[in-house]
Amino acid sequence: MSVAAIPVRLYRSIYEPFIIIRRNRRAFIGLIILGIFALMATVGPEVVPLDTTQRFDKRFQWPSLEHPLGTDHVGRDTFQQIVHGSRDVLLTAFLAAVFTTGIAITIGMLAGLQGGTVDALLMLLTNVILTVPNFPVMMIIASVWKVKDPVSLGVLLSVWTWGGLARAIRSQILSLKEREFIEAARALGLSTFHIVFRELLPNVMPYVAINFFSLMRGAITASVGLMFLGLVPFKSTNWGMMLNLAAWQAGAIYVPKALFYFGSPMACIILFQLGAFFFASGLDEVVNPRLRT
Amino acid sequence: MLAIVKRVGIALITLFIVMTLTFLLIHKVPGDPLYMWAVELAQEYGMRIEEAYEEVKVMYGYDPNEPLSRQYINYIKGLLRGNLGTSMIYRMSVNKILVKALPWTVFVLSVSLLTSFVVGMLMGMVIAWKRKTALDPIVTAYAAFTGATPDYITALALLIIFAANLKLLPMKGAYDSALTPGFNWPFIKSVLHHAVLPISAYVFENTAAWAMAMKGSAVSVLGEDYIMAARARGLKERRIMVFYMGRNAVLPLVTSLAIALGVMLGGATFIETIFAYPGIGWFFGQATTRMDFGLMQGLFLMTAAATIFSNLLADILYSRLDPRIKLAE
Repeated sequence: MSVAAIPVRLYRSIYEPFIIIRRNRRAFIGLIILGIFALMATVGPEVVPLDTTQRFDKRFQWPSLEHPLGTDHVGRDTFQQIVHGSRDVLLTAFLAAVFTTGIAITIGMLAGLQGGTVDALLMLLTNVILTVPNFPVMMIIASVWKVKDPVSLGVLLSVWTWGGLARAIRSQILSLKEREFIEAARALGLSTFHIVFRELLPNVMPYVAINFFSLMRGAITASVGLMFLGLVPFKSTNWGMMLNLAAWQAGAIYVPKALFYFGSPMACIILFQLGAFFFASGLDEVVNPRLRT
Repeated sequence: MLAIVKRVGIALITLFIVMTLTFLLIHKVPGDPLYMWAVELAQEYGMRIEEAYEEVKVMYGYDPNEPLSRQYINYIKGLLRGNLGTSMIYRMSVNKILVKALPWTVFVLSVSLLTSFVVGMLMGMVIAWKRKTALDPIVTAYAAFTGATPDYITALALLIIFAANLKLLPMKGAYDSALTPGFNWPFIKSVLHHAVLPISAYVFENTAAWAMAMKGSAVSVLGEDYIMAARARGLKERRIMVFYMGRNAVLPLVTSLAIALGVMLGGATFIETIFAYPGIGWFFGQATTRMDFGLMQGLFLMTAAATIFSNLLADILYSRLDPRIKLAE
């Protein structure tokens, strides 16, 4: 291979998935939705100012040019709260997915490669995690250990969620281990480090990437839910806190005019979930060419 | 037989691990939870704080100054005697709360679960059989929508529309508290009236998932030879759909239903909390938000045990229902 071919290959490997995503309507819609949310969480709070002054004369207003999504029970702008809340919600979900994936890869790889007693013990633990429903566990942990920031909330959300992915990675490793290219690598005397990080990991990565989005979906549902129940106190702009305030404290549910106030966080959650779902199923087709029709 | 013994063994080990983890989690709480409750008790009854602390220790059934191993042994002993602990908020045993709350949860959730299962199964069967109708994309879109909507959003939306604004149905509770519970028509009517929204929320949220599971299972059955043989014999369409495709496709769903029935005993925390419905999920929500560790632990262990054993049951049931499947050793 000539030196000049490398940039072309690199260009292709980055560009080609986008072409396929562009052709796949679901994946493309998903990408656009996720892109908007990503922009909202990163750039949004820098561009949109957050004004928390209470103006009771302006409570529960319908959308207008001044307030694109109306106002809340004390006259604050809903749109500003949604934008500022998105950062913590998405950051938490992202961190939770990173932690969960990290634990799952470690446990799945270790169990698959080591076999024997290590495998048996890790799979017993995985079985416990998978059998016992995870949301009650999260509620208990949130109640016992006070969670204060996105990082610790991310940890809390990943403690009991890695079971399924770990088991799937283990079974992939078990089948990959027997394949010829691994045997060849061993015969060449390549280090275990090389085999794990250069041969095995790249082969499970596509699967992990698709699961990453479903993990983020689950993390958003769970974190907003915990916040809605009041188990993890956070900034009042967080979507879960907005729902909690709208439902229990602001009396917004009795006021039809407050539709945009409580409807906005609901719509954002559903839209994000749909976006992640569409994108993940499209990504599935990108990395599994057999699914392409 | 050996396979069953092994499954039972794994279930018991799982339960033991859960019991131990719960113990460690709750007994290694930062700070002294007993002190918090002692302060509350002292204020309420005008006791001295030391007196109240002794009282709370008796109620909780453990002494934080004892070594952890001793506490653990007492805890396991209590559980083996069927004692799930004591609730601090309600000042009564968790077993008593369970007796009060379980009927409500079982009533609402079994109706919901069976309704969504039956409706979903029928939907899935029809869309797998007639793939070119308008029903297929509608059910698929419905499944994508409910998959994207957490149950608390569904429940909250129903509460806002039908209870808070249209005022067609009650906001909260299991029955009108002005009525005397018993076997009389006003009371039964009130119970049914209060159950409509929680049941609707659950059914709306879960039906599509059953439909998609049934569709997937039915599509794989459609390729089987016995379907073609039935067609060749000139049997009626409906008969093939229900008895040849449907009956075989529903087998894997029955095991999921068995698991769901076990998980059900833990209640539906969000739905019950939003409608203030006094089932297990509502009490569990109260326990965690108000830091009632005794209640939390008792209800959680009950839920975990129910889930573990329904999984075991589903495993065994599956091999019995479908003789082609043998339990792996």
